[in-house]
Amino acid sequence: MKQKILDISDLKRDFVMGDQTVRALKGITFDIKSGEFVTIMGSSGSGKTTLLNILGCLDKPSGGSYLLDGVDVKSLNRDELAGLRNTKIGFVFQAYNLLPRTSALENVELPLFYNKTITAEERKERAIKSLESVKLAERFDHTPSQLSGGQQQRVAIARALVNHPVMILADEATGNLDTRTSYEIMALMQELNAEGKTIVFVTHEPDIAAFSTRTIMLRDGKIQKDSINQNQRSAKEALANLPETDDY
Amino acid sequence: MSIINLLRIAFRALKRNKLRAFLTMLGIIIGVAAVIAMMAIGEGSKQSIRSQLSGMGSNMITIMPQSNEPGGVRLQGSSIQTLKLQDITAIKKLQSKNINGLSPVVSTSGQAIKGGYNWPTTITGVSPDYLNIRQLKLQDGILFSENDVKRFAKVCLLGKTVIDNLFPDGSNPIGQIIRFKNIPFQVIGTLVPKGQSNFGQDQDDIIIAPYTTVQKRITATNYLQSIYASATTEASSDAATTEISNAIRESHRLTAAETDDFQVRTQAELISTISSTSSMLTVLLTAIAGISLFIGGIGIMNIMYVSVTERTREIGLRMSIGARGQDVLMQFLIEAVLISITGGVIGVVLGVSSAYLISYFLNWPILIAESSIVISFVVCAITGVFFGYYPAKKASNLDPIDALRYE
Repeated sequence: MKQKILDISDLKRDFVMGDQTVRALKGITFDIKSGEFVTIMGSSGSGKTTLLNILGCLDKPSGGSYLLDGVDVKSLNRDELAGLRNTKIGFVFQAYNLLPRTSALENVELPLFYNKTITAEERKERAIKSLESVKLAERFDHTPSQLSGGQQQRVAIARALVNHPVMILADEATGNLDTRTSYEIMALMQELNAEGKTIVFVTHEPDIAAFSTRTIMLRDGKIQKDSINQNQRSAKEALANLPETDDY
Repeated sequence: MSIINLLRIAFRALKRNKLRAFLTMLGIIIGVAAVIAMMAIGEGSKQSIRSQLSGMGSNMITIMPQSNEPGGVRLQGSSIQTLKLQDITAIKKLQSKNINGLSPVVSTSGQAIKGGYNWPTTITGVSPDYLNIRQLKLQDGILFSENDVKRFAKVCLLGKTVIDNLFPDGSNPIGQIIRFKNIPFQVIGTLVPKGQSNFGQDQDDIIIAPYTTVQKRITATNYLQSIYASATTEASSDAATTEISNAIRESHRLTAAETDDFQVRTQAELISTISSTSSMLTVLLTAIAGISLFIGGIGIMNIMYVSVTERTREIGLRMSIGARGQDVLMQFLIEAVLISITGGVIGVVLGVSSAYLISYFLNWPILIAESSIVISFVVCAITGVFFGYYPAKKASNLDPIDALRYE
């Protein structure tokens, strides 16, 4: 049996707004094992973003438990959460969130700046390796404005990989991209997954979910459906099948 | 995060907004430059006043007569006749180590005549010590001796103004005879010009002769207008003052209940009065400059707030990839300190060079104290930390979730 990366049981999150309590998550239980490619889906208001924030250690649950790689997140303080994000999670955002006017290499290096155990040479070496794995090694000195959207997202993925996280957490990572580029990104994700990376991908597009190995559907703060994807679609093939004429 | 990386980040952030960083710095630059230039000018004028005063004889002690009778018409010092030659003898008798020069002063004004030229001036009767006390120097010729004093010799020394007016043809006055109030004096020496005093007096409009000659042959009086003495060092002038006071009180037979019928003044008092005036000026100028530095600091705070707001998403990103609150705090704090210190360096350079320009073009005396540079530098760093802290703290307290979604 593979190691559990995420272990969530009866996870609850309440927001107090004035005298009202909004229950965004009403008891969610699931776990994710190493090497899985999970998409979390749901319409807006389903608690998707709240769950993502908790999974990303940006927020803490109000009830239930969340173990990330064996660490109980609920007991950690602000700084310890930051440390956890730094070493265990690789974020990929919808809007890329790269630092403007900063080279791709330095953008990728960024998480390692906050890790005191890593030396300058090691940092650079790992950043270059990371850029190589997203096939952007020759563009390491380009700034975000000199890169296309897809390339920017690949830099962001390289940044997510650089700290050797236990999990890549992508938030609508293809939301700003056209179909072709989305597929390219998903092909990259599948490649990384094939290398053994655990990926949690939040999206609302069923099209994208088809590329994962497992889909969790949220609705109204609860899990509506948690299913293994029997016939995972290959993003590479989908890319090859895209009609050329779409591309102008 | 290491300090080098923090500096790199701060440097890059400033480079992204070069003009804005420069404009923010400008407040600090002007503030620091103003502080340094103002202090240089203030200190310079203080120093030059001090040196002019010591040129007059900084260890000089002046004893003037003064009325000690509170009733009746109070007379001007020069018309009071309480100072006598006995007082000189009494002071001499002390053989004090604190006093190294003593001279009576008897002076009167009148017309000096040489051939077809004449000039209204003052003759000052003194002892040979007087030249040292007043720091007058002989340009040419010789000084009269104690022997000349004893035999009422009709010899004199002339200041430059008198020479210019009595010998307009430029001939050598030494050995010539001039007449003052119809008494013939042989010129035996000339004085090095001193120029105007601080108070606008012509210090070269002077004839110096033995006091005995002046008393006996011109004024026909036996009292002294004043006594000049000099203390051995500036430090001993207080002790010398006390000794002189006591000696004169004794010679005037004043009882303990009676107040002094003379007054003793040291140059040190004058120096301290004038330097305190110019110190006040320095403080005032520096305070004004300090205010501009403060305003510069507020400029930094303002821009740091803008920067924090503008970079909220960046802060959110940094936090989401592992930056702790203190990392973000340090990042913005160092940025603020970098602005203020860079501004400080430029300000110091600008301040020093403008001080030199002022002294070059306006001929104002300047004195750049190292302390003023160090102080303004330290103030800059403190300004950066003080005004940078609050915006930086605000940044570090941001919630990463909100910051990431900030539009």
